Amino acid sequence: MTTLVPIEENSAIESNKEEEHGDYRMFGLAAFLVADGMTFAGFFAAYLTFKAVNPLFPDAIYELELPLPTLNTILLLVSSATFHKAGQAIRNNESKNCQRWLILTAFLGLAFLGSQMFEYFSLPFGLTDNLYASTFYALTGFHGLHVTLGTIMILIVWWQSRSPGGRITSQNHFPLEAAELYWHFVDGIWVILFIILYLL
Amino acid sequence: MQEIPCTARLISKYLSALTIPTGCKGLFSITLKGQWSFVVPTSSAIFNLLIALFVLIGGLWIGQNVNLLPLDASVNATVYDQLFKVLFSIGTVLFLGIVVLVVLSLIKFRRKPGQTGDGLPIEGNLTLEIFWTAVPAIVILFVGLYSYDIYDRMGGMATLPNNGHEHLSMSKEERIWGGIGSSEVSSAANKGLTAIPINVTAMQFAFLFHYPEGEIISGELHVPVGQPVNMRMESKDVIHAFWVPEFRLKQDVIPGQPTILSFTPTKTGRFPIICAELCGPYHGGMRSTVVVEEPENYQSWFQKNAKTPISET
Amino acid sequence: MTIANQPSDFERGDRLQPTGWMRYLSFSLDHKVIGIQYLICGFIFYLIGGTLASAIRIELTSPISDFMARDVYNQVLTLHGTIMIFLWIVPVVNGAFGNYLIPFYVGARDMAFPRLNAVAFWLIPPAGLMLISSYFITGAAESGWTAYPPLSINTPAAGQIIWILSVLLLGGSSIFGGINFIATILKLRRPGLKLMQLPMYCWAMLGTSILVVLSTPVLAGTLILLSFDIVAHTGFFNPVLGGNVVVYQHLFWFYSHPAVYIMVLPAFGLVSEILPVHSRKPLFGYTTMVYSIMAIVILGFVVWAHHMFTSGTPPWMRLFFTIATSFIAVPTGIKFFNWVATLWGGRISLNAAVLFSCGFIVNFVLGGITGVALAQVPFDVHVHDTYFVVAHFHYIVYGGSVFVIFSSIYHWYPKFTGRMLNEQLGRIHFFLTFIGFNLCFAPQHWLGLNGMPRRVAEYDPQFALINQISSVGALLMALSTIPFIWNTIQSAFNGQIAGDNPWEALTPEWLTSSPPPVENWRGQAPLVTAPYGYGARKKEEEDAESTDTNNQGN
Ligand code: HEA
Ligand code: HEA
Ligand code: CUA
Ligand SMILES: [Cu+2]
Repeated sequence: MTTLVPIEENSAIESNKEEEHGDYRMFGLAAFLVADGMTFAGFFAAYLTFKAVNPLFPDAIYELELPLPTLNTILLLVSSATFHKAGQAIRNNESKNCQRWLILTAFLGLAFLGSQMFEYFSLPFGLTDNLYASTFYALTGFHGLHVTLGTIMILIVWWQSRSPGGRITSQNHFPLEAAELYWHFVDGIWVILFIILYLL
Repeated sequence: MQEIPCTARLISKYLSALTIPTGCKGLFSITLKGQWSFVVPTSSAIFNLLIALFVLIGGLWIGQNVNLLPLDASVNATVYDQLFKVLFSIGTVLFLGIVVLVVLSLIKFRRKPGQTGDGLPIEGNLTLEIFWTAVPAIVILFVGLYSYDIYDRMGGMATLPNNGHEHLSMSKEERIWGGIGSSEVSSAANKGLTAIPINVTAMQFAFLFHYPEGEIISGELHVPVGQPVNMRMESKDVIHAFWVPEFRLKQDVIPGQPTILSFTPTKTGRFPIICAELCGPYHGGMRSTVVVEEPENYQSWFQKNAKTPISET
Repeated sequence: MTIANQPSDFERGDRLQPTGWMRYLSFSLDHKVIGIQYLICGFIFYLIGGTLASAIRIELTSPISDFMARDVYNQVLTLHGTIMIFLWIVPVVNGAFGNYLIPFYVGARDMAFPRLNAVAFWLIPPAGLMLISSYFITGAAESGWTAYPPLSINTPAAGQIIWILSVLLLGGSSIFGGINFIATILKLRRPGLKLMQLPMYCWAMLGTSILVVLSTPVLAGTLILLSFDIVAHTGFFNPVLGGNVVVYQHLFWFYSHPAVYIMVLPAFGLVSEILPVHSRKPLFGYTTMVYSIMAIVILGFVVWAHHMFTSGTPPWMRLFFTIATSFIAVPTGIKFFNWVATLWGGRISLNAAVLFSCGFIVNFVLGGITGVALAQVPFDVHVHDTYFVVAHFHYIVYGGSVFVIFSSIYHWYPKFTGRMLNEQLGRIHFFLTFIGFNLCFAPQHWLGLNGMPRRVAEYDPQFALINQISSVGALLMALSTIPFIWNTIQSAFNGQIAGDNPWEALTPEWLTSSPPPVENWRGQAPLVTAPYGYGARKKEEEDAESTDTNNQGN
């Protein structure tokens, strides 16, 4: 009943050292993003419950300005598209193109952060003013942290892709792919955040 | 194998057909030629049956007759004790059953010196699996329904005041979340008696009881026997919990979020009020007493302490 | 059955790791070294947590607060709970055995991400040291392992912040571990090995890792918010600033209920490995076992509010959570009946491993039954936050998970070290533990029912006698560790040589040398498609005779 069939040499089993299987790294990253998404889910749930059960939750007190966040949403969505373009470019072995798209994406990310900062400074409430203010800053701040990290990652990838014969080639571009997945994730989170924080 | 009397065999067959669906014999009939004649010389099927009966009756007996609970001093407590008996009986039967099965198999199927072979290559048995999925499911369903019934009788399902969907329009003060015992039972059992309203304030590390009718503030809770009491509780600092073991009632007292709790005492006496939620270093010392008195005694206490003497209720 | 003994390229791995005992102190990437690191580190924390438990039990021998100050008592019980859960049970049932066994079971030479794996382990010692040192420097957290606000906001901030930081680190460690296990089980499986041919522990770890990855981040987020409340004076959970304390409880238990299955599902898996080997029978009902693990995983996510029945939750919510919680008994029950059926009809070697596994079954069933009782709202309003709950969960975490850890150590020690443990000492250990454990925790049910709340240093004098009995039990438990520690240390040097496969087991980790070489197998890895294929071997005459009546069931 027990079968112990020896397998041939050189089958996949012989090569499961980390360096040799980039695709598992993408899988690992995806799993990590699921976990990260759950952190946001926890925050969203807290926000929504506060809103539903805390009668003094002052969502009616502040009329949040919509134009700036809408601009932010557009910035992030466009940056997702440009990052996608960068990925396509590297797969087609157009290294220069890829770099251009990357730097554009990074620029859009920075623009987002700048406009987010601007919004923070123009808001009529501060972090500890009340429950709503705290949740607002916690949610957007945690997301902003993610955007910051993402932007840094893009810049690193961009730097790597500039060095000739470097780590980013049409065959081997795990860092780029990882950063791209992460960036799409951050954008997706923003869309949810935008809907429940500004629109609801 | 020993000679089994015909009737005994019939009975055992009948009963095992009742208790175990057909197809499970594989597991049980191993015992027919078991190596444990040292335990009982007759059929091991009968022995199994006896053990099962023993577990069942023993478990039920323990469940019904062993009392682990303190005095029952509220309407709620008697209902609770019924539930406890049922849960305890079911639990004891199940527990004894598993213990007996484990111990028996360790004794029966223990490797004897000199034995070298493996056990039987049985990898599963669908009928058995269905059987032991279905039985716990039914037991759970029964327990669930029964405890729902008990819960309802304790007044747990009574819709709480001000806990509707309009909460957004309400002020913070009005949002009350409730405890069990806000009860129909109490009112049904004490026809026509109006509930005594009491406001409870908890703080590190004491309870304060405020009787709005007489503007009494007391560190001890005084209530007349047989009359429902409605408490509205709020904390000044951290979470505490109001617990009277003899009433089988507990409700957290939460800052910023009033809770309610109702009960009807049925026995006179002094019972401890215990804070049951960790609230700081002196949590263990945060205790008080509920004094359940005859209505006359309660009235005289009330009159003595009331700021504005009021007419009899 | 023999595996070719060619040197192949396993030496390649040697250059990756230091050798000798020093490797256990190094940043080794070998999953077996990491597994042992987890185990030993966890056990040291167990001794610390147990010492704290002993302090609790000493304090409780008298009804007044005399052995330590009241706030120190609260610090001790917070540390005890946190250490036992986050530094002992979770790292050991997941990290230690998971790392050691999973690569063998999927036929791999290491985990999917060896470096991440080492990082995950090395987060643990600093986190633990930080937590414990907070006691000596600033005073540890004193709001219980649940850290309910507003108490956790009002108590001295330093200890609470350190507590939050170390729990965050430990949470991070367990998320990394979880990701690694999922990737290893799903992606690194040896070609030709089907999911439904994996040993049960893989399924348990897969389920657990799903729980870890989905629920731990929520705890992390919650604790970050809590730390804001403490340091930045925000008001998420601070009612003075308009916050809501019950929301914290929901978020906390959304993690911490799944966490209890994180502590017990791997233990279920380990028992499923141990029982078939020693009873020489296939694991009964493999398929249903797999489904019940997954059912527990799914149900485990929707029962958290059963810890909050007295927190002023609305009636419909209590009802829902009562029913969902109770139904976990069904898949759990399936597992228990399957284990008993695995024993039934076997050829059981009654050694320490089996004794501890059977002790686990008995204890856990009791803990589970009290759990189902606790799940009934009307029952819970009386016993919530009393010693009844303390009894419930010690029956499960100690009587369940810790018993399984001991059982597993008896079972796998020959593989870890190449030497056998002393059987006699093992039995002494078992009986002392079993008696001490029941003596310690069974009376606590009564205490809770009769009015003793938990987390108190002083209590009603009427409970003194029962508390003293309980403390005697705790003393026995402490004593029982002595033969165990002696046994493991001296057997490592003088134990009888075990050989590669002393139990004649069929799972892959036994099909290599003891201890195994760096990349697990010299030469090719064996393909084990029937890890529980016992009973197919030649039988004695009397066996054949008694089988004939039993086949219709199969
Ligand atoms: C490993 C840890 C672990 C595990 C596995 C469990 C398992 C279960 N727990 Fe437990 N629990 C804890 C650890 C654990 N618990 C801890 C630490 C606390 C306290 C936290 C704190 O406040 O500090 C706690 C508290 C706790 C509470 C809250 C009590 C309170 O504070 O008021 C409740 C209430 O529902 C509960 C229920 C259950 C149930 C129903 C199960 C079920 O999963 C059990 C299922 C198993 C069985 C039922 C046995 C086997 C089944 C059969 C033999 C089939 C037949 C059975 C029947 C038909 C009943 N637990
Ligand atoms: C998860 C696992 C786990 C384990 C294994 C244990 C193990 C033990 N626990 Fe614990 N316990 C918890 C988890 C655990 N506990 C949790 C989560 C809480 C809740 C905390 C809270 O409320 O926040 C709790 C709370 C708790 C309480 C309630 C405190 C209170 O509410 O006031 C008590 C009281 O008896 C207790 C006792 C014990 C005992 C006696 C052991 C024993 O089994 C320990 C046995 C081990 C030893 C004794 C070690 C042996 C050590 C040596 C041999 C070294 C010798 C050295 C010296 C003595 C100096 N525990
Ligand atoms: Cu108040 Cu404990
Ligand atoms: Cu739970």
